[in-house]
Amino acid sequence: MSSHDFDVVVIGGGLHGLSAALHIAREGRSVVVLERAWVGRHASGASAAGVRTLGRDPAELALSLEARHMWHAIAELVGDDCGFHSHGQVRIAESEAEIEKLERRVALIQGLGYRHEELVDRVELRRLVPALAPHCMAAIVVREDGAADPHRTIIAFRRSAEAAGVVIHEGQGVVAIEQRAGRWAVRTSADAYVAPVVVNAAGAWAARIAAMVGDDIPLGTKTSMMIVTERVEPFLGPVVTAAGRALSFKQTDKGTLLVGGGRQGIPDLDRETSTVNLQEIAASARTVCELFPGVSDVRVARVWAGLEAITTDMVPVIGPSPQAAGIIHVFGFSGHGFQLVPVAGAVVADFAVRGRTDREVGALQAQRLMVQRAAA
Amino acid sequence: MFRKLYESDRGKATVTIDGVAIEAEVGEPVAAVILRSEPAHARIHPVSDQPRAPYCMMGVCQDCLAVVDGVASTQTCRTAVRDGMVIQRQRGARSISNVPTV
Amino acid sequence: MSRQFDALILGAGPAGMSAAIRARALGLEVAVVDEQPAPGGQIWRDIERSTAHGRSAALGSDYAAGAEVVAAFRSSGATYLAETTVWQVEPGYRVYIRRGNEMSILSAKTLLIATGAMERPVPFPGWTLPGVMTVGAAQILLKSAGQVPDVPVWIAGNGPLMLLYVNQLLDAGGQVAGILDTAVRANRWAAVFHLASALASWDELVKGIRWVSRLRGIPVVRGVRDIEAVGESKLEAVRYRTENDIDGAVTTGILLVHEGVIPDIHLSLALDCRHDWNEVQQCFVPTLDEWGQTSMGGVFVAGDGGGIGGARAAGAAGEIAAYGMARVLGRLTGTAAGAGAAAPRRLRARALAIRPLLDTLHCARRQVTAPADKTVVCRCEDITAGTIRAAAKAGARDPNQVKAITRCGMGPCLGRQCGAIASRIIAETLGRSMVETGLSRVRPPLRPITMAQLAALGDSKT
Repeated sequence: MSSHDFDVVVIGGGLHGLSAALHIAREGRSVVVLERAWVGRHASGASAAGVRTLGRDPAELALSLEARHMWHAIAELVGDDCGFHSHGQVRIAESEAEIEKLERRVALIQGLGYRHEELVDRVELRRLVPALAPHCMAAIVVREDGAADPHRTIIAFRRSAEAAGVVIHEGQGVVAIEQRAGRWAVRTSADAYVAPVVVNAAGAWAARIAAMVGDDIPLGTKTSMMIVTERVEPFLGPVVTAAGRALSFKQTDKGTLLVGGGRQGIPDLDRETSTVNLQEIAASARTVCELFPGVSDVRVARVWAGLEAITTDMVPVIGPSPQAAGIIHVFGFSGHGFQLVPVAGAVVADFAVRGRTDREVGALQAQRLMVQRAAA
Repeated sequence: MFRKLYESDRGKATVTIDGVAIEAEVGEPVAAVILRSEPAHARIHPVSDQPRAPYCMMGVCQDCLAVVDGVASTQTCRTAVRDGMVIQRQRGARSISNVPTV
Repeated sequence: MSRQFDALILGAGPAGMSAAIRARALGLEVAVVDEQPAPGGQIWRDIERSTAHGRSAALGSDYAAGAEVVAAFRSSGATYLAETTVWQVEPGYRVYIRRGNEMSILSAKTLLIATGAMERPVPFPGWTLPGVMTVGAAQILLKSAGQVPDVPVWIAGNGPLMLLYVNQLLDAGGQVAGILDTAVRANRWAAVFHLASALASWDELVKGIRWVSRLRGIPVVRGVRDIEAVGESKLEAVRYRTENDIDGAVTTGILLVHEGVIPDIHLSLALDCRHDWNEVQQCFVPTLDEWGQTSMGGVFVAGDGGGIGGARAAGAAGEIAAYGMARVLGRLTGTAAGAGAAAPRRLRARALAIRPLLDTLHCARRQVTAPADKTVVCRCEDITAGTIRAAAKAGARDPNQVKAITRCGMGPCLGRQCGAIASRIIAETLGRSMVETGLSRVRPPLRPITMAQLAALGDSKT
């Protein structure tokens, strides 16, 4: 076994690993990314790629708003527009009770000083989303939100990372991490890589990586299912979610329709695979038909389920290990990590290069989840 | 492109393809009728923008898709002719029903 | 609707029908699901109608023989679901079906996949032009719509099916302008080694020789290596080059292509069955035991879907699988099942005796599985071989990864037309075997269904 010295080893070749590697490399550090399967294999490749600030937990809101600025200039960051378009995100209400829910949300956000979420009435909703079923009454709108193309984004981040000098090894899963003379030795089945800093961007397997350095962080697995259809003539601009239902619905720049919303398939972390639960996804299809009746005879091309991590409070861990010096965690995005990709990598670079960050990540530290476990 | 060998044994039908009437046989595949029409193609491909005609007649290739009685993306090789059927060649990506496009 | 059966048979062709007849005779509760409106599969397609109108003889003796099997199947007592599409299969085993807009789930402890073969996809420059179609398609048009090309047709390819269609077309009063024979000429020498074993299937040999003799008078260009279809918005001409680097071109509005048939493994892949790569047949074939059982216990394959063998072999394999399924269900002892399966096993062996000869003679030329860069490989998304090669060269090593990057296989055919070719391109670019490379993962639905139909699944009782 040969060994390789780097400034930073990044574990996980998904978008968060790539973003972290890119930002760190651009600060002049040498970086290697270790990916067990291939780049973008799991959550990133299965993502609905919503670029959304709407509805974010206040714990990650400041980061999300910064990320939105980055998305609007994404070509400057990664040399490609990643298929990003900004026709807005809309969360609809179908009843008085749901309108009240939306009103409470807007009040909460405004109370924190944010004005990006806007309540609109039936008329404006109809104008924004003409294909929506007429019973929908109101909505929260964020006009600068949108969506991107996940595979183009993966390719763009990968290319820019490599252009910045990042070395990417696919087909190399990490089996052990050891201390070696004050640095970390990260072992795969084929090789070992040594660095003072290791970034844990291992997605659904991040808790296993964390355990290798002595961090016991509770982490669940989510395997949200998606439906994609045949190509359809453009009829839908914004991404649509619903206050009272599990739904995320968009039309991609290729014309295909993408239905998500978080209904769960059946995960298998060890085999790195997940299978679809058809009864559950049938419910998503029913939701879409009820909210967009014109879509009923559009053909479903494919149904799949991705594999990603969820935390107990549904917001990520972005920050250093509480006890293992040099370990930086960036995982647990709980089904809404895509939009945060550009900024999360910048936060990791802050920690990796400067040992600190000015960005608001106080509520995203690993300790909060570990304390909960200790108390439980 | 093709011609029928015999008088229909399942009953005669008249269908229209993009408004043009054509004689057909009840129960034969709609794709067969398209291949007897002019131009003998079913759709314009949504990516290449080129015409496509039925290729496999088995339900695999998906090139025989047309709008049949208002239903878009109908596999015409798997659809049996009925008298009075209205067939339209599908141009590019299909649309959804009854909604103004963006 | 949802029901439990002893055996679920997918496909009502020779293999499926024979299996159903035998399984019923053994006392099993059997359901047979098929997409066509009437039984017969591809080889005996529309046979009840053709027989009723006295047309079956014109389609050859093999075709006419099917009428008896269909009649026996109709009276076997099997639950026969015609015009029914299978759009997902799951361990258990559960089969998700669609009849019109009605969605339901059938379940059984044993499953027989008898969905047969498909034409080997043959990408070449211009193959997406209207006017280019498979010989199989022309044969279906003959059987199901009684129609033939309205001009003398050019045919490019090789294989028994091509010969059969030429005979059927001529018998029906059609005309063949010429044949571009793509059989690799050197194969004939290799084929001689198999002549002796092929004699066990002497009647097939005689039939083949008779078919070939009908070609007299038709222009045949031998040793064709490359073809290209040319035209503005439809086929106008075909350019070709032979093994001896002789170039030619023919004017035509219809080109029928055929490079053999390969097992349709979509369902066996969906169930994660093991498959082997058959180097001579240039295709993946499910791994089967002496009953036709796959690596998934209780899942069987019979007929061309388990390896190309023709209708007679398919019928025998169906019967063998029925004994196998009864044995797995505990309704027959191993000894009894073995005794019952002895005769069909002998029949099958005899019927398959000609295969090594045919496979060697018709082993596909390289250009079929390694198309030039400009050739469209993914018809649905219009992706070229060059794009796939570039993705593999750039480091994509897994077919699923190539699919994600290029969109090859993401269209409505669900990768059935392009998957094997894409894997072949990846394998060659990376210097790997087909077994190492594999195929991209099969996901539901196995046939397109509408959003409303998927939603309706929630209404069905499981």
